[in-house]
Amino acid sequence: MTTNIVSEKSQHKERKLRDYFTFNTDHKVIGIQYLVTSFLFYFIGGAFAEVVRTELATPDPDIVSPELYNQLFTLHGTIMIFLWIVPAGAAFANYLIPLMIGAEDMAFPRLNAVAFWLIPPGGVLLLSSFLVGAPQSGWTSYPPLSLMSGKWGEEIWIVSVLLLGTSSILGAINFATTILKMRIKDMDLHSMPLFCWAMLATSALILLSTPVLAGALILLSFDLIAGTSFFNPTGGGDPVVYQHLFWFYSHPAVYIMIMPFFGVISEVIPVHSRKPIFGYRAIAYSSLAISFLGLIVWAHHMFTSGTPGWLRMFFMATTMLIAVPTGIKVFSWCATLWGGKIELNSPMLFAMGFVSSFLIGGLTGVMVASVPFDIHVHDTYFIVGHFHYVLFGGSALALFSGFYHWFPKMTGKNYNEGLGQLHFILTFIGLNITFMPMHQLGLMGMNRRIALYDVQFQPLNLLSTAGAYVMAVSTLPFIINVIWSLTKGTQAERNPWRALTLEWQTASPPIIENFEEEPVLWSGPYDYGIDDEEQEEESVSDMLADVSAK
Amino acid sequence: MNIPGNIITLIAGILLTLISLWYGQNHGLMPIEASQGAAEVDDLFNLMMTIATGLFLIVQGVLVYSIFKFRRQKGDKTDGPGIEGNVPLEIVWTAIPTVIVFILALYSFEVYNNLGGLDSETSRDFPQEEMQMAENQNQGKMVAFNPHQGHLSLGIGNANADIEVDVNGIQYAWIFTYPDSGVVSGELHVPINKQIKLNMKAGDVIHAFWVPQLRLKQDVLPGRESTFAFNANRIGDYPIICAELCGAYHGGMKTTLHVESEEDYQKWIQENTFASAQEKADTMAMMTQPMTKESRLEMHSHHLGVNSETLAQLHH
Ligand SMILES: [Cu+2]
Ligand SMILES: [Cu+2]
Repeated sequence: MTTNIVSEKSQHKERKLRDYFTFNTDHKVIGIQYLVTSFLFYFIGGAFAEVVRTELATPDPDIVSPELYNQLFTLHGTIMIFLWIVPAGAAFANYLIPLMIGAEDMAFPRLNAVAFWLIPPGGVLLLSSFLVGAPQSGWTSYPPLSLMSGKWGEEIWIVSVLLLGTSSILGAINFATTILKMRIKDMDLHSMPLFCWAMLATSALILLSTPVLAGALILLSFDLIAGTSFFNPTGGGDPVVYQHLFWFYSHPAVYIMIMPFFGVISEVIPVHSRKPIFGYRAIAYSSLAISFLGLIVWAHHMFTSGTPGWLRMFFMATTMLIAVPTGIKVFSWCATLWGGKIELNSPMLFAMGFVSSFLIGGLTGVMVASVPFDIHVHDTYFIVGHFHYVLFGGSALALFSGFYHWFPKMTGKNYNEGLGQLHFILTFIGLNITFMPMHQLGLMGMNRRIALYDVQFQPLNLLSTAGAYVMAVSTLPFIINVIWSLTKGTQAERNPWRALTLEWQTASPPIIENFEEEPVLWSGPYDYGIDDEEQEEESVSDMLADVSAK
Repeated sequence: MNIPGNIITLIAGILLTLISLWYGQNHGLMPIEASQGAAEVDDLFNLMMTIATGLFLIVQGVLVYSIFKFRRQKGDKTDGPGIEGNVPLEIVWTAIPTVIVFILALYSFEVYNNLGGLDSETSRDFPQEEMQMAENQNQGKMVAFNPHQGHLSLGIGNANADIEVDVNGIQYAWIFTYPDSGVVSGELHVPINKQIKLNMKAGDVIHAFWVPQLRLKQDVLPGRESTFAFNANRIGDYPIICAELCGAYHGGMKTTLHVESEEDYQKWIQENTFASAQEKADTMAMMTQPMTKESRLEMHSHHLGVNSETLAQLHH
């Protein structure tokens, strides 16, 4: 089935360092390329955030000019979304999906390489906008402001996001096809790892929503360059239509950014607590439910935009409903931990930190779904706090969890456990000091995207800035750990965690063909503590019978 | 341990409920309430806070308890129990959040309706009668929508207003016009306990009109009108903040809402009726001329209450 692709994979049998700088079609090379590139942009986007937080340490705009301030938060948002979290999710997907399902590569290896190679030009282009005056209308880029504040910076932003969006679409086509078509014979949909389910749901969302963003940006581009009036009110255009199109993509984008990492957490927690994942099907189907609901909630970003009342009520209801499948996941992870044999190593610390802080983002998420409350907090620091708990407390912590979990597999080296734990402690403390005070600031009356604020808000802002510096320091043990482990680290075993998913059945790092011979599926992905002889479904089906009897 | 487990669970449950109920009422995170609507929004928020605190404590409690109770012993290579699920439990934790969000949605609907969010004119693009008229005039054909005509009334609240004020949002100031007296001002003065309706338009980009103490916010759009209705029940000065990114000096787009006694309000209107005619002419003259950023900011500095020191800093 998959043999016709092998020949394309590479010209030689040994993995060479220079492969990582070329148009290589091996999914493992592409996965690493994604991961390294995304982390380079993480440091750039992080540096921008540190400047923004430094500016906000005092109420006056005194560190950078107001224009530069707006450029910095615009690029911070754009980079962290399109060049860090989304490509980092694609990094795991590329590296892990073929290994997890026992395939030799992705379904379309060349398309896969093309998808990656759209990212570096997109990123460099975006940064080059500083030469002509970077965009300053926020990552949301609402017209008419985006049509009025620097034509070329804005156009560069549009082209860059279009490139990155295209990359994302190509990636999604590959993930979905590979998962559906290239599993080894014995692996049906319900015995594949939950990370694959998560990527299936994510891919569907990318394919359905990203083209709409592309359409919106192309029309915006016409308004900007050709002077059309799709969104420009001076020519009879409607700026609110842009908002609908933009959020039709950009709300699902939140799930595009978090669902791959839900998948990561579902892999990490069972392994390090030595228990089967609690409620496999519930977790798998809740991803699909989130995917579907995620498509019909977009106008919750527009409760103050002048949308009709009944429309606001509809979007409130659908948004609140997402709490149900999301809650199922959180409770299932907690139940997996319960009664297990928990090893508190770096992957597990980050995974438990994820559950803890994602929970906060989820709870405030239900609050902001409520229209009357959202009218108060929309466009305030409450929102900034909320989505950083989701995307940093959620996606980023899970990203680090997965990073440590698969580091031995990807590099063949063991990382330093002490540095990993230090990294976790600094990150976890830093993120809570940075983002928790933002909720109160927003409720009290501090709006977002401002360099100049009321003096009464200074103490909490100062605290938040201090937290941002702790987060900056937290990257040091991380960087040192990676460099130290790659150069001085001991050789990693094939399966250091005694995990059951297929990627651990091959060498660390895997050979170019992934597996020496076609891997055998000798257990389910999470059958910890289950003897082969026992009926695995016993308890569940018995209880089902109980329930229906009553 | 001599105390049976279910008694500990019971005590923990009672404690958790008490803490949640207490924190839901005493979080102190909201600013002063200056209207009945604000009080209703706060009641809703307090309920959400109570539920959130409970869920927060349960999940964090499970995590912390697991770290201590279920920690792997050194050298233990065995697995935990092979439990793959529990359908009744899963049904419970699906059903409870469903019920909670159902209640929150209904409650939010009620509060939103009380705020005036579902008033007929605000939830439809055209008022019914005018739509009828337009159809008659065109022999059943719909007229083309003209955003500048002002039929469109979006926003929050549309009840019979005692006082209407026209609001114009421009980079980076708010201008208030009182149509009855012709007063033009950079600050908003309203009498207490009166139904106020703001008819808002933007001159350039999208702004948003936010008064935290009223818990109300509405975008102000170029090319179409939106409304903002409130009834302040507390005398005082409250900030009016632009909440939608509108340019480099977005953070400086602030002014004050003065909620006054009826007498003070009438006095203010009278004092300003004569002065405003001249000021209006000035404003118009300046708005029609092309301006540099500095001169524009300078012009509005008296509206903004920005002192010369901040201005000097902004110029850098
Ligand atoms: Cu959203
Ligand atoms: Cu503004």
